[in-house]
Amino acid sequence: MSSDVALQLLTPDGTLVRNDRTSEYLPLIEALDEKRLGDFFRQMAVIRRFDVEAGNLQRQGQLALWIPSIGQEAAQVGSGYAALSQDHIFPAYREHVVGRIRGLDPMRLIEMLRGLSHGGWVPSETGNFHLYTLVIGSQSLHATGYAMGIALDGMSGTGDPEKDAAVLVYFGDGATSQGDVSEAYTFAASYQTPQVFFLQNNHWAISVPVERQSRTPLYLRGEGFGIPSLQIDGNDVLASYAATSNALMAARSGQGPRLIEALTYRMGAHTTSDDPTKYRENEQVAYWAARDPIARYETYLRSLGVGDDFFADVATEAEDLAADVRARTLTLQDPPSSKLFAHVYSEPHPLMDAQAAWLAAYEESLEGSLDQNDGGGLDEQAVGA
Amino acid sequence: MEQLTMGKAINLGLQKALADDPKVLLMGEDIGTLGGVFRVTEGLKAEFGENRVLDTPLAESAIVGTAIGLAMRGYRPVCEIQFDGFIYPGFDQITSQLAKLTYRHEGAQAFPVVVRVPYGGHIGAVEHHQESPEAYFAHTPGLRVVSPATPQDGYWMIQQAIASNDPVMFFEPKSRYWQKGEVDREGAPAEFQASRVVRTGTDVTLVGHGAMVSALLQAADIAAEEGTSAEVVDLRSLSPIDYGPILASVQKTGRIVVAQEAPGSVSVGSEIAATVAERAFYSLEAPVLRVSGFDTPFPPAKLEGVYLPDADRILEAVDRALAY
Repeated sequence: MSSDVALQLLTPDGTLVRNDRTSEYLPLIEALDEKRLGDFFRQMAVIRRFDVEAGNLQRQGQLALWIPSIGQEAAQVGSGYAALSQDHIFPAYREHVVGRIRGLDPMRLIEMLRGLSHGGWVPSETGNFHLYTLVIGSQSLHATGYAMGIALDGMSGTGDPEKDAAVLVYFGDGATSQGDVSEAYTFAASYQTPQVFFLQNNHWAISVPVERQSRTPLYLRGEGFGIPSLQIDGNDVLASYAATSNALMAARSGQGPRLIEALTYRMGAHTTSDDPTKYRENEQVAYWAARDPIARYETYLRSLGVGDDFFADVATEAEDLAADVRARTLTLQDPPSSKLFAHVYSEPHPLMDAQAAWLAAYEESLEGSLDQNDGGGLDEQAVGA
Repeated sequence: MEQLTMGKAINLGLQKALADDPKVLLMGEDIGTLGGVFRVTEGLKAEFGENRVLDTPLAESAIVGTAIGLAMRGYRPVCEIQFDGFIYPGFDQITSQLAKLTYRHEGAQAFPVVVRVPYGGHIGAVEHHQESPEAYFAHTPGLRVVSPATPQDGYWMIQQAIASNDPVMFFEPKSRYWQKGEVDREGAPAEFQASRVVRTGTDVTLVGHGAMVSALLQAADIAAEEGTSAEVVDLRSLSPIDYGPILASVQKTGRIVVAQEAPGSVSVGSEIAATVAERAFYSLEAPVLRVSGFDTPFPPAKLEGVYLPDADRILEAVDRALAY
């Protein structure tokens, strides 16, 4: 569970680690202003409160499902803040806080998990935060293709760090067993794509422990494909930020792909449909609870002199967001049935037109039958286009 | 007009698309330096460079999956799947991702990706090299599925597929690659996804796509010698299917035979049979009959002549239809 090789900048008791290994990364931390250091905490704490609220909404029947991210906030917040505005982010489906950092309204996640959409946000309006992908590992190839496109466009390795772009793609330990992830490593290494693979090893793929996925530390898989790879303490927001910053800088500057394996832990269930008490021991959960990413970072901030006012302000923001999400969830309307057909294709399609027309007539006939009992008379042949 | 093979016609269509739009990319196994195992992309890497014509690692899921990412970036990738039977490693990226991503994005992002698939039998090849998997994709919402039967359509339809903002599965009847036909590269192309009457007749309607169209025409020739006038419809598009010419023909002939190389159960032919029965019931003088590959795996090459429908099998069905 613990690792001797994982990069750690902040110990579980909140102390900054200064040694030969961390000296490469600490300047990136020292360059952060007080506001950004505070943002790390703010985002972690606020998303945890949001996560709890969304879970409650699911239990109260307002959402079909919720996907908790509690325990993984440091891995996500640190890496999310390492991305620059021109970078593109391909999430899996648990990176709620990365979306929020990039400008995604958390309500889009609520709508998706209520069953109103399959995502539907516009990446160009959400800080290049792309849609969630539920087939495990599929997004790794989309990210690699996107990174190939950045390179073909000449938008990486230009020599201008302000202009260079890269792709940051998230996936988990379970996904590393999918062929698509290995194929993504292969293509990324072959084409030397500007991208960072950010692997959150949360130790469980639903009920299957990471030991079943791999006999070798997962970061070593990247090395085998020719991708420089690093294992970090994923519950250390500073390590996540610094390691991802370094990796993205290398990718943007044309040095090819990088892989980061962030060791973290899914403190809750896989989703609200899951029951982790069926497959894991309390001792393991307690081990990781003692390494909580938010608590250790609060200790660190307090050691820097950040006071109660700040933490009270964050708590208020978190409560406000939770209340706002709850209020907005309760007003959500179901989509119109015309949404069925609206965007199956980008160009006109006769079958969509015919079936949409049929459904509209059918629904109208049902309304009519309530009033006049004259339902029927539909042209069944219209369905065939 | 020039006489070109279908392989050369598609090659010229790809060349035109590459020349017209710098966002068009070709990607696939062996398509660059070698020019593809069927030489359909011959010369294109030399002309346009390795950044436009990509020899990829050997991984079909990644070819399609990275094409999706390139499309998000504004490119118009044209993927080659080397043989029909090798499409299944890419099936998930095609059906779960490519086909659904426009819907998932609620129209905000188009996915103009073409997947070229040399398909079908008649070349005496080993297992996995002669299959007709088009029905899987015609069954999948979000994809468009087409198959040219002539060099003329090969030249134009590949360009129309690339110009489409929707994903297009482009099934190339590989046994027709070496057949020559007239290609008019100057005039206006036919409508992309319209079916077409390619021979007029009055007694029976024969419908098919890809390589089967030439078998239908051959059957119509033989039938004519026996005094039966057959009308032949080239489907050209399998999703959506353009039923107008098919229904108009059946209303005239009252009889229809649908032919395909693929196994018959739950197939394109099944869909046409069902639709004709629904929409032309009062015109039919006989049941809709299907002629297809048997519901077996594609056999070893020495049995492909037994497996694949030919003019005789089509005529046997015509005789049955005329017996009503």
